[in-house]
Amino acid sequence: MKFFKRFYIGLIFTFLYAPILILMVFSFNDSKSRGRWGGFTLKWYADLLQDREIMSALYYTILIALLSAAIATLIGTVAAIGIHGMNRFIRGAIINITYLPVLNPDIVTGISLMMLFVFVKMERGFLSLLLAHITFNIPYVIFSVMPKLKQMDKHLYEAALDLGAGPLYAYRKVILPEIMPGVVTGMILAFTLSIDDFVISYFTAGAGVSNLSIIIHSMARRGINPTINALSTLMFTAVLILLLIVNKRAGNGYDKKTKNNFEEEIAI
Amino acid sequence: MKKSWVAYPYLVWMILFMLIPLLLIVFFGITERSGDGIIFTLENFKRFFEPIYIMVLLRSLYLALISTIVCLIIGYPLSMILAGRDYRHKRVLILLLVIPMWMNFLLRTYAWLTLLEKNGVINSIITFLGLPKADLLYNQGAVVLGMVYNFLPFMILPIYSVLIKIDKSVIEAAEDLGANSRTIFRKIIFPLSLPGVVSGITMVYMPAVTTFIISRLLGGGQFTLIGNLIEQQFLHTGDWGFGSALSIVMMLLILFSMAIMSKYEKEHEGGGLF
Repeated sequence: MKFFKRFYIGLIFTFLYAPILILMVFSFNDSKSRGRWGGFTLKWYADLLQDREIMSALYYTILIALLSAAIATLIGTVAAIGIHGMNRFIRGAIINITYLPVLNPDIVTGISLMMLFVFVKMERGFLSLLLAHITFNIPYVIFSVMPKLKQMDKHLYEAALDLGAGPLYAYRKVILPEIMPGVVTGMILAFTLSIDDFVISYFTAGAGVSNLSIIIHSMARRGINPTINALSTLMFTAVLILLLIVNKRAGNGYDKKTKNNFEEEIAI
Repeated sequence: MKKSWVAYPYLVWMILFMLIPLLLIVFFGITERSGDGIIFTLENFKRFFEPIYIMVLLRSLYLALISTIVCLIIGYPLSMILAGRDYRHKRVLILLLVIPMWMNFLLRTYAWLTLLEKNGVINSIITFLGLPKADLLYNQGAVVLGMVYNFLPFMILPIYSVLIKIDKSVIEAAEDLGANSRTIFRKIIFPLSLPGVVSGITMVYMPAVTTFIISRLLGGGQFTLIGNLIEQQFLHTGDWGFGSALSIVMMLLILFSMAIMSKYEKEHEGGGLF
């Protein structure tokens, strides 16, 4: 029975990791065609730095992810605080509206934003891409912050006011530290969603500006350049190392956290 | 903390970038530009009921259904093994389940081409074993495989998170009362895990219905799904009216099934999306 369990787990993880392994192996392949092994090389890694198209896509991917995560976190956190203070009826309505972009198929969000940009005759490019990313990121920030606000003792804020703190000061010194874990979670979530997005970017980006997903999609027609494999291998390894460090550092106190992480990951 | 006006920037944002765009879809779906201005029409929706388009919808629903069933059949036992009380490495394994999502999904799906194609890795192994080459790519099986590959973690995680919450003493009580492991599964574990199963099904079925990239890459463009059809209308044909009508149909389909699913979840508590 134990053997069978191990075998089954092994099988599924082979299924999940086979394509990733293939990608990584072929980033060292000295032949441009996928499927043929032409010996070991590091030239794709060297090419990576020279490749204007990929480097610019990487730059835009990261820039858009950072900006959209930061702006969405700002708007979302403030919005969560505001929504929290509303009466039940309005709050319910707004929360339902906030759910809409989360539940809506990406393709519908993508084309609806595309229609908006075309309709107002805004040229599609960096700004439209950024606006789109902020839009789909905000709800995730709100849903990360809201639970923290609910858990918080509401008298803390009042106590701060009684002790002479101004409202802004009380927000900064009392409420913000309390909800910080939710804010950080929301920001990380927004960042990764933005990096990973293809569908919405595909419809809202213009000719001049592409992110990595868009580049990969257009390459898929004419054959993917192994340089992309090299880049993904590097990014994947970086994430892996980062996660291992976090996992190790968190150590025993991790169990409670994993539970929270789950909910976030599931939300992705 | 009664300063609800701080939420107004967000509300303005949502009206501008979510409600108005959605209204635009509705507007283009039900209007038509003709000689004397813009007139109301249901022509786009009527067109949807032509047999070819109904076929596309049915194909999308069918392939997504098959993928969901496969995910459930593969995923449920894995969740059970991982949630089992004797399994020590569960934390690492769960992490390993999530890590692939950190690699661009287009690229991961594309990598399957290298594995499945005529002279690909799998066929090399098959011929090495002395068997005839198989046609693995550009068929329905490949599309389903792509969906299962991409969405399997979404089935496993919610089921797992419900299974680990099951009170162990309930199972022990059943054992004490003489139930065998089969009865325990049928009468206790499975019914208690249903909320997780429901959210797993939702989280696999919804993206599978709406995908257009998996079917293009692994189906080689022969399997037009509703997502492909919508994309075509907007980026190639330029028929916004029909594209909008299709989007409305798909959106309603998704939101409607979500509402049913979440109602079920609420009744049974836990396992939810958030």
